[in-house]
Amino acid sequence: MTAPTAPSTKINDDTGHDLKFQLIDKALKKCQFQQDALIEVLHTAQETFGHLDEEILDYVSLQLKLPPSWVYGVATFYNFFTLDPQGEHVCVVCLGTACYVKGAGEIVTRLEEEFSIKAGATTEDGNLSLLTARCLGNCSLAPMLTLDGEVHGKQTAESVIAALKAKTTQKAALEEEKV
Amino acid sequence: MNPTSLAEQAAQELQRQEQLKLRLFLCYSTPCVAAGAEPVKTALEELLAKQDLAADLEIVATGCMGPCSRGPLLRIKNADGEEQTFEKVTPEQAKEILLHSIANQPVETTALPADLPFFVRQTRIVLSNSGEIDPEKIEHGIARGSYSALAHVLHEMSAEEVCAEIKQSGLRGRGGGGYPTGLKWNLVRKSPAERKYVVANGDEGDPGAYMDRTIMESDPHRVLEGMAIAGYAVGAEQGYIYVRGEYPLAAARLVKAIKAAERRGLLGSRVLGSNFNFRIDLRIGAGAFVCGEETALMTSIMGRRGQPVPRPPYPAQSGLWGYPTLINNVESYANIAPIMQQGADWFAGFGTEKSKGTKVFALCGEVVNSGLIEVPMGISLRDIVFEIGGGLPDGGKFKAAQTGGPSGGCIPAEHLDTPVDYESLKELGSIMGSGGLIVMNESSCMPDVAKFFMGFCMEESCGKCVPCRVGTVEMYELLTRITDGSAMLNDLETLEQLCRLVQETSLCGLGMTAPNPVLNTLHYYRDEYLAHIQENNCPAGVCQLDQIPLLKLPEHAAELAVFKEEH
Repeated sequence: MTAPTAPSTKINDDTGHDLKFQLIDKALKKCQFQQDALIEVLHTAQETFGHLDEEILDYVSLQLKLPPSWVYGVATFYNFFTLDPQGEHVCVVCLGTACYVKGAGEIVTRLEEEFSIKAGATTEDGNLSLLTARCLGNCSLAPMLTLDGEVHGKQTAESVIAALKAKTTQKAALEEEKV
Repeated sequence: MNPTSLAEQAAQELQRQEQLKLRLFLCYSTPCVAAGAEPVKTALEELLAKQDLAADLEIVATGCMGPCSRGPLLRIKNADGEEQTFEKVTPEQAKEILLHSIANQPVETTALPADLPFFVRQTRIVLSNSGEIDPEKIEHGIARGSYSALAHVLHEMSAEEVCAEIKQSGLRGRGGGGYPTGLKWNLVRKSPAERKYVVANGDEGDPGAYMDRTIMESDPHRVLEGMAIAGYAVGAEQGYIYVRGEYPLAAARLVKAIKAAERRGLLGSRVLGSNFNFRIDLRIGAGAFVCGEETALMTSIMGRRGQPVPRPPYPAQSGLWGYPTLINNVESYANIAPIMQQGADWFAGFGTEKSKGTKVFALCGEVVNSGLIEVPMGISLRDIVFEIGGGLPDGGKFKAAQTGGPSGGCIPAEHLDTPVDYESLKELGSIMGSGGLIVMNESSCMPDVAKFFMGFCMEESCGKCVPCRVGTVEMYELLTRITDGSAMLNDLETLEQLCRLVQETSLCGLGMTAPNPVLNTLHYYRDEYLAHIQENNCPAGVCQLDQIPLLKLPEHAAELAVFKEEH
């Protein structure tokens, strides 16, 4: 049997779709197509695509010769893997004990109201994903959150909203410039 | 590299460091970087380049120094060995400190007092290198004795002797369970198999705990060395470190450390010129709390859903791919090198009769000096919170100290003088846990805290066994009713019954300990629960209590909006 190649339905556009599959191939080769390395391969896929859709999961299951249900099962078990695309900006509010005691719950409620989304969802314009985490391990900075991977400590609802607004308007300003 | 060249390199590096006029240690761990350590470093480096001082001094980007709430932290050490630590340093202050110290003038910025209880009340064994070395430079670690214990073990001790030494030291598992480490090592050593594995559990999922992260980020070689010694003692040639996905920096530093150690022959084949081969690979978790449970962690290493399997067989008999596996917490491994270096008796000199050595705690919440501390076992909670932690800010009143995360409990003010060790905390209905210690003041509502932890366990339950999967949801519902005002007194009874049931019938530690926060707060703060139910009052003012019990609906029918409209 010949090894299955990347699905032919690939959209060969300028988003680098092909290149991204090559990165997965690289990860697959690095682990010598061992089935035990499924989580590592999914990590790579999640990093390159930002999410794991059906196409990616099918591809990984074919390559590792694992049943699709197995791959889907692992991808949905772990919080790190998401099946839906994430927003342009990702805000993760820590809800660990220390942050909770210091009022992180209130911050989440305020953010939900301000951007009219529920925690865990993405705004309709795809601009912002509001996520929560169970302790990011920066308890001395409570309440803390990460904004596009950057750690922000000792936050209040106001400061977060201001920072988020700055991020989103920054993008709008850039787009205007382009026009 | 062999033991002699290791010692030579250590001496060389020490000599280089001694020749420097001034060494600046800048804490470059996550909290300090978030507080602004980066511009401080840039400012210092620019000044260094401009003034052409690079030959005389050195800026060391270290791991965690401890008092994280006071960051960015800068410590200077001159040629005479005098040290000064500065808190909340700005780039301007940093420049001033550097220029004045190099010119031997008094520094204008006020330093932290050297006798600050936060520093002097600690005993640093695990964290002895943390804040002293650049974790990305292996020479710094070697100069402070990294891998010398491994060299000693490989060339002068047998596997049996190593296990005996660990057993004698009285070291117990630092992940929370407190199982004697020496016994576990001996079990794996005696298991006959062609292959064995060593696993370090760095999946620190407890909310409010970050000891393992700091150890891995600040002194990765200490963990690697401990694992290699363990590998030698039990007869394993392959080790895995399982790091939480939330800790990318720890993972990056471990990868770097493993490579550096392999290049120097401190890991890999024929370690330090002996016949012992040992490889360490990193496995990165993907965000599942249950993977901190040892059997779930192993299934996750094998690339599957991280669900626990029933024990026995214990990992010591049948673990990874069915082979005997030694699995210890990262902090336990970090204790190994000092024990082998200084002897079991020295280590057993710290702590209490049954709990030896020290424990690292992440002290946070409502406390003045939050940060990472290492204290001897048996110290009282009062000393930790009020001496080291400096008490509560803004004159707050101590209400509870939470230990053990979602598997632990809240310790009330009347038990502040309890010594901190495995047994005493268990007696109080809490556990040592991995070492998160969160101080709460009067504004924390205990039923709400219990609900918070139950919500955590509910979301993190893997769904394999029914008591945990269904029980946590039901308990969460009951707690929600208590905190929104719709509970009746018999709900409290149901809750207690359910707690016992889930405790006794769950498959793994997650379910077995999930009811702990509820039972523990019910024990110490029952009147708060009763106030919620009977008086419709939340003493801490946290809960809204805007619902009414369903059974009471008829009495309130007249007040309901639907009926009001109709009439």
